[in-house]
Amino acid sequence: MIAGIAFWALAALAVAGGVAVFVVDSMARATFALLVSFLAVGLTFLLIDLQYLGVLVILMMIMEMCVMAVFMIMFMMNPGGLMPMTMVHNPRGAALIAAVVFVSLAAGALAVPPPPRRGAPPADPARALGLSIMGDKMLVMMIIGVAILATMIASVVLAVHGGRYAAGRSRSR
Amino acid sequence: MSAQGFLLLAAALFATGLYGALSQQSIVMLMMGLELMINGVLVAAGASWYYFAPARADGQVLVLVAITVMALEMAMGFAVTIAVFRARDVDMTEGASELGG
Repeated sequence: MIAGIAFWALAALAVAGGVAVFVVDSMARATFALLVSFLAVGLTFLLIDLQYLGVLVILMMIMEMCVMAVFMIMFMMNPGGLMPMTMVHNPRGAALIAAVVFVSLAAGALAVPPPPRRGAPPADPARALGLSIMGDKMLVMMIIGVAILATMIASVVLAVHGGRYAAGRSRSR
Repeated sequence: MSAQGFLLLAAALFATGLYGALSQQSIVMLMMGLELMINGVLVAAGASWYYFAPARADGQVLVLVAITVMALEMAMGFAVTIAVFRARDVDMTEGASELGG
């Protein structure tokens, strides 16, 4: 019962944070609104035995949003949110598409009878996850490792002078 | 608290993020929309693990993959945004239209 109340409160907070991202007047505030949304989602994970992943989401998103806030402030044309900020194109069409997607996803979630639960949660889900990624899911982790390496190389390539989008090369067009 | 509740939350987060990704002009705000959509995927994957198949760790692995992809997406997104901005002072999606037909 308490878990149910906590879940719906956290769900409302997560969605409110998500909506606030596109409503507030400052990109820095939008970043922290997104952080609120992620924190609420991380806390809902604690309700369904996912302690490790919940804490992982919380810690990782705090760091990620702090880094993101720096970039957001760099790109912010409206420091401090002193003026109303609306930078949208075709908001009505986007809202319509989003509403259609929400209604169809929600209809699917509510109308389709959920499949029966197979098995019970293990005593320590984090241990099951660890054994899984070091066992039969190791290929997934190996591919992710390659993807992380590719991201590091690609971001360095983009960052160095004379790279793909270096100044001068593209201005000649 | 039920599977339906979690899936509804996931749908709401995904749709909100989709609205942002479609409507925002600033490239960095568009990326915030994408992050919000992945947030919805996290909720759906975690809830699927707990309510549908808790005996196997597949759902948890999916959450882990989604979190990693989100971090990679942010790193690459900002790298590209800054490279484009440095090359031609563009931080709006309309400005970056070289590949448009």
